[in-house]
Amino acid sequence: MAEMMYWEAIRRAHDEEMARDPLVICMGEDIGVAGGTYKATKGLFEKYGPLRVMDTPISENSYTGLGIGASFLGVRPIIEIMSVNFAWLAMDQMFNSAAKVRYMSGGQLTAPVVFRSPGGTAHQLGAQHSARMEKVFMGIAGLRVVTPSNPRQAYGLLKSAVRCDDPVFINEHELMYNMKGPVPDAEYFHPLEGSEITRSGTDVTLLGYNISVHWNLKAAEILDKQYGISAEVVDLYSLAPLDRAGIRQSVAKTHRAVVVGEDEAPVSVASEVIAILNEECFFDLDAAPVRINSANVPQPYNHTLEMATIPNHESVVRAVLKLFGKA
Amino acid sequence: MKLEDKKRVLREMVVHRRFEERCYQAYIERKIGGFLHLYPGQEACCNGVMEAARPGYDYVITGYRDHVHAIKCGADPKAVMAELYGKETGSSKGRGGSMHIFDAQHHFMGGYALVGGPFPLAAGIAKAIQLKGGDEIAICFLGDAANNQGTFHETLNMAALWKLPVLFVCENNLYGIGTAIERSTAVVHQHKRVCGYGIEAAECDGQDIEKVYEAAKLAVNHVRSGKGPYFLELMTYRYRGHSMSDARGYRTREEEEEWKQRDPIYLLRDRLIAEKAMTMADYEALEKEVDHYIEHEVVKFAEESPEPRVEELEKYVLAERATQMPWLTGQAA
Ligand SMILES: Cc1ncc(C[n+]2csc(CCOP(=O)(O)OP(=O)(O)O)c2C)c(N)n1
Ligand SMILES: [Mg+2]
Repeated sequence: MAEMMYWEAIRRAHDEEMARDPLVICMGEDIGVAGGTYKATKGLFEKYGPLRVMDTPISENSYTGLGIGASFLGVRPIIEIMSVNFAWLAMDQMFNSAAKVRYMSGGQLTAPVVFRSPGGTAHQLGAQHSARMEKVFMGIAGLRVVTPSNPRQAYGLLKSAVRCDDPVFINEHELMYNMKGPVPDAEYFHPLEGSEITRSGTDVTLLGYNISVHWNLKAAEILDKQYGISAEVVDLYSLAPLDRAGIRQSVAKTHRAVVVGEDEAPVSVASEVIAILNEECFFDLDAAPVRINSANVPQPYNHTLEMATIPNHESVVRAVLKLFGKA
Repeated sequence: MKLEDKKRVLREMVVHRRFEERCYQAYIERKIGGFLHLYPGQEACCNGVMEAARPGYDYVITGYRDHVHAIKCGADPKAVMAELYGKETGSSKGRGGSMHIFDAQHHFMGGYALVGGPFPLAAGIAKAIQLKGGDEIAICFLGDAANNQGTFHETLNMAALWKLPVLFVCENNLYGIGTAIERSTAVVHQHKRVCGYGIEAAECDGQDIEKVYEAAKLAVNHVRSGKGPYFLELMTYRYRGHSMSDARGYRTREEEEEWKQRDPIYLLRDRLIAEKAMTMADYEALEKEVDHYIEHEVVKFAEESPEPRVEELEKYVLAERATQMPWLTGQAA
């Protein structure tokens, strides 16, 4: 297994799928000649040409709609939206066209399109470039939402998303493109549904996705070494559908749950996970589930203020200790 | 147009008119729910353009005023009526309704309710045709008011930039719901707005099917021969309200009467009578025959069809699970 960076893994998935199927194309702002803001499409323009690697005008709603229309005829576009903050402009087409066309046509049309976009707080990008929008996408029927926490998932999820006949939104993270990790040398398809136990434990389940998986892993390490608490880390790489069975299994074992996300608490991923905990394992719980989210403010520019809005491994450790009456 | 074609299209337009009038009645009887946008007055637009194109072969997409466009592409009026009745035999299995008629088999790619939504979808269909190397074209029928959406401008730019085989047909009926065009749009003649995108454009009388046909022939040939997109504006008028609860207080009865003097069906009928290709009695018999067909075949089918089963509520949200398992479970390769 070779180590590669998150962006390289995404690039590799593009390249393999485009080499295999001439109807796989990619489109987005600056993805062609410039190679992509995060290099996810680097070198593809030279290899596959302008008809299949399309530098689009800055028209988010319409190039998204154009890709969706092409997908009705069996083209499989991978549409990069430079930042999820701009996806607001494309949501009409994503939600009203891609997510609903199968249903409202009684199964006649389908939109096998992939949307990829980075979200999250990076470094002082300010209120209009720091949105976390996975909570919006995961509530729309007809859309699948996945979010890779490492290069292996980034590669394998994109591969599966291209092949799947449903529209898939891939929520990436601004800060993770240079993260290194092992990716199988052989072709690999990561499941679009389910969850992964990243670290097993017995006392408490730390549920997270994307960047918060890493906070949880670090917290689990500290909890184990310094406090003798064994935390299980569950990676919810599929946000729609959420893995009810996986969530239930882990919490039925540990009896405690902390849900961690970088999004804001009102109507967050955690809101939905805790609702599932209520429905699936209320009587297994020894304590009320806890959620850890970002402060509900437009992201401030000031570095100190910005850091104060987002959780980290320390917030997770504190919450767990409180759960065990140790803080 | 050839005489035989004119006679055939006259019958088709009568079917379209009577179909829509029958929908109105069914709505009053509460057999049809939701929004219902009817087409009478505008028949020459869809029919004229599609006579110049290849119905069932070229891809067509439109907004919510979509019944006639679907039927013209080849959808069975029975399935369209059943859809309006919300039945399982409907063109979208009762899941779509009046604004969401689809017939993929006949390349009718659907009716969409968001004003301006179909523009980029049409360009995308054209993009797919371009990639696959076929000689079909995409035809997008929308209203005048839709041109004030960003998607109109964004899509025209991309369609011209990439020379996509797409024909935009603007059915300019002078109103967007109750707002007269001169109260919403700085430039009333829509084809003038297109010049800035480097797209060939023309305006045409939308009431006279032969004129529409001639203009559309130029437009379709332009697009099919690989010269890129084309924009055709058809000046027309809708007789009824925008949807069902519309007292039409925003326009005068005189204006309506004036437009009805140039009714697309009667214009063609009178021409055929003048050419001695038919008599008034023939026409009256035709109307009767069509009414009988609508009542005893189309409506009857919708009335007698079964409702969708509640057990199948979640069918069609996502692709059939069984066919997607390798990607859902990661078991592929
Ligand atoms: C995005 C959006 N905004 C508003 C509406 C409400 N609406 C429905 S039809 C319509 C007017 C459209 O007029 P036009 O494009 O001229 O088409 P016509 O109905 O005249 O055929 C409006 C405002 C809508 N359906 N979608
Ligand atoms: Mg109008």
